[in-house]
Amino acid sequence: MSFGPHLFLAVLEGTVTAFVLALTALGLSLVFGVMRIVNVAHGEFFMLGAVLAWYCSTLISGSPLLGFALALVVAPLLVGALALLTDWSVLKRVDYNPESTIVATIGLLYIVQQLVLTVFGPEARPVAAPVYFRVSFPWFGYSGYKLIVAGLSASLLLATWYALSRTRLGLYMRATQQDYEIAQAFGVPVRNVYATVFALGAMLAAVAGVLIVPVQQAHYLMGLDPLLLSFIVVIIGGLGSLKGTVVAAFVIGLSDGIVSVFFSPTLAKILATLLVAAVLVVRPGGLFGDNRA
Amino acid sequence: MKKREQQTTTRTADSFTLTRREALKSGLGLTAAAGAVGLAGGYLPGPLASSVYAQGSDQPIRIGFQVHRTGIGAVYGRWYERTSAAAAKYINSIGGIAGRPIEIVPEDDGTDPKRGAEVVEKLAVQHKVDFIYGPLFSHVVIGSAPRAGELKIPYFVVSEGYHVASGKLNRYVFQPGITDVRAQITSISSWVMDNLGKKVTMFFPDYAFGYDHRDYFSAEVVKKGGSIGELLAIPPTESSYTRYFPRIPADTEVLYHVMVGPGVLTFVKEMGEHFGSRRPQIFGFIDSLEGVDIATPGLDFLEGTHFWEAFPRYASNTDTRYSKAFREAVGVNASGASKQDPKDVATYSHMFGVWETLFVIKDAVEQSGYRSKKDYPALIETLEGFEWFNEGMAHPQGGKKFVGALHQCYGRQHISRVTGGKLDVVHTTAIEDGMYDAEGDYTKQSL
Repeated sequence: MSFGPHLFLAVLEGTVTAFVLALTALGLSLVFGVMRIVNVAHGEFFMLGAVLAWYCSTLISGSPLLGFALALVVAPLLVGALALLTDWSVLKRVDYNPESTIVATIGLLYIVQQLVLTVFGPEARPVAAPVYFRVSFPWFGYSGYKLIVAGLSASLLLATWYALSRTRLGLYMRATQQDYEIAQAFGVPVRNVYATVFALGAMLAAVAGVLIVPVQQAHYLMGLDPLLLSFIVVIIGGLGSLKGTVVAAFVIGLSDGIVSVFFSPTLAKILATLLVAAVLVVRPGGLFGDNRA
Repeated sequence: MKKREQQTTTRTADSFTLTRREALKSGLGLTAAAGAVGLAGGYLPGPLASSVYAQGSDQPIRIGFQVHRTGIGAVYGRWYERTSAAAAKYINSIGGIAGRPIEIVPEDDGTDPKRGAEVVEKLAVQHKVDFIYGPLFSHVVIGSAPRAGELKIPYFVVSEGYHVASGKLNRYVFQPGITDVRAQITSISSWVMDNLGKKVTMFFPDYAFGYDHRDYFSAEVVKKGGSIGELLAIPPTESSYTRYFPRIPADTEVLYHVMVGPGVLTFVKEMGEHFGSRRPQIFGFIDSLEGVDIATPGLDFLEGTHFWEAFPRYASNTDTRYSKAFREAVGVNASGASKQDPKDVATYSHMFGVWETLFVIKDAVEQSGYRSKKDYPALIETLEGFEWFNEGMAHPQGGKKFVGALHQCYGRQHISRVTGGKLDVVHTTAIEDGMYDAEGDYTKQSL
């Protein structure tokens, strides 16, 4: 394949990766930014979304589109409920202490993973795409559904941006993020905001899982990779910054797409990790984060 | 629960008024009988067998089972465990090993090399098992085998990697149940070159098992007058493959793929999206789709492509009675899936190795007169003296040559074509097709 089409494929791959990554990382970034805690089990919420999508697709056999629509409703609701339960039963009990929550969410990660292994099984199970068509370019073909995934991710990102900047909940969240005590003094129900943010973050991950599962397969270990990439994106973009998350996702997604097409995927991962190190040294708060600290 | 029932049987059997010497004698009698019947390619009839077992009861032979219950090998692990349970049940039904019941002691290694070495130690030291067997993934085998050598406990792997036959492990490690990957590749290479094409591009996982494929298949291609277009190593955690396809040279005639892990289905789907109808010939190792239903939506692209299989997944009218009995015993239907759940597809080209390995252990114990750990040297020398395993209930996949110096067995391989969402065998190799020059000799190492 000549250079032009090759580059085109690399950019296409990179863009799709970037949108999915942005959506996956967004939840982590919100939790990280507003609550100042690290949710190590974030990838498991993503995996649960994918696994629930598989169950939905088997419930409604025959019509992948209906199964997919059902999964888009059911998966975030169930995963959100699990997140609320976690918030109430674990995070609140350890008083959102950063170190304790890391340990607690590592525990949650293993519990979810092993439960899924026991109930769902060890195999990778495919879910049919809601719409399947092959976009045929003169040089190569590409999955039409992947382009739809990019489009849906973009609209979800817009919706989140709207919720953050134009609604009362968004205002509460931004206030809590800026100063927990002053927000409380102004009557912001910060504990409820915490619970909501944690659930919202989990729901975003679950939706990302539902979107991505027709491209990959539902598998009980699928949450580990997105978790690492999400951390990279959040660190580069800056804690709790929607803009930073999207920009960083594009930097990582496109560089990953291009470097791995022309060189090797391992080199792409090395570069991403180097970038994290560089950002931590130069701008410890991330590109768009709060760098006063 | 099964195990408990077994122990009860043992206890009842103990109450027979037989001396240990008599019991041992009848056990040896069984050995001779088993040898004779086994050579004739038959299997022991039930009633005779169970009566002998009742007399020859003794302490069970404890076999440690290192199993990939969790981690990326979990699909294989589950089927290995089912096959193992079925084999143990069958062996006990025909009188156990040398008249002693067999007891499997499973331990999960998480498909992790470090944990694997710990599991070997735990089985040997804490559980005090007689032998250890079972691991599949090559990195786990390579990580665990040295510990077995240090502890001097016979260690039977069912991994198909070339690491045993390469002579790089140690005298305690054997692979008597499944052909190694180098022999598999060598045996099918002529057919691929003659029937599919001579310009080959390869996809393989970026670690030991993939390198065996890369090295030995490309060597065979060059030796037989073909050429290699591109060698594409895929990181084991990869989840998207589209980016690799542009590197396939346009004049590629054959695409050779062998992938493992949860991403394999994506690999095949994305390959279909990339090529559409203008695809080269495609030859894959079934490892790419072990545990996956060939009729899965999105895999229609594979129609007309070819796969290597060790043991054909789909039942056919050419199946031997042993092959049928094995399928029945492990609870697999004619399409290669669990009888209970047709969505639960077996790892059929690998799991027979577990079954056959247990029977080799049985033969070795019986022929060497093994009683306890002090008899390890005799057992190992007996194993190294084996030359041939007859097709039969003990070796349902087929007869196998065994090379004692390499601790490795060699069996027939199959090439199947995807036809109507099923695999149809189109070619079966001869054992000699896979033979290569030996690179090591374990018998020269000290015990």
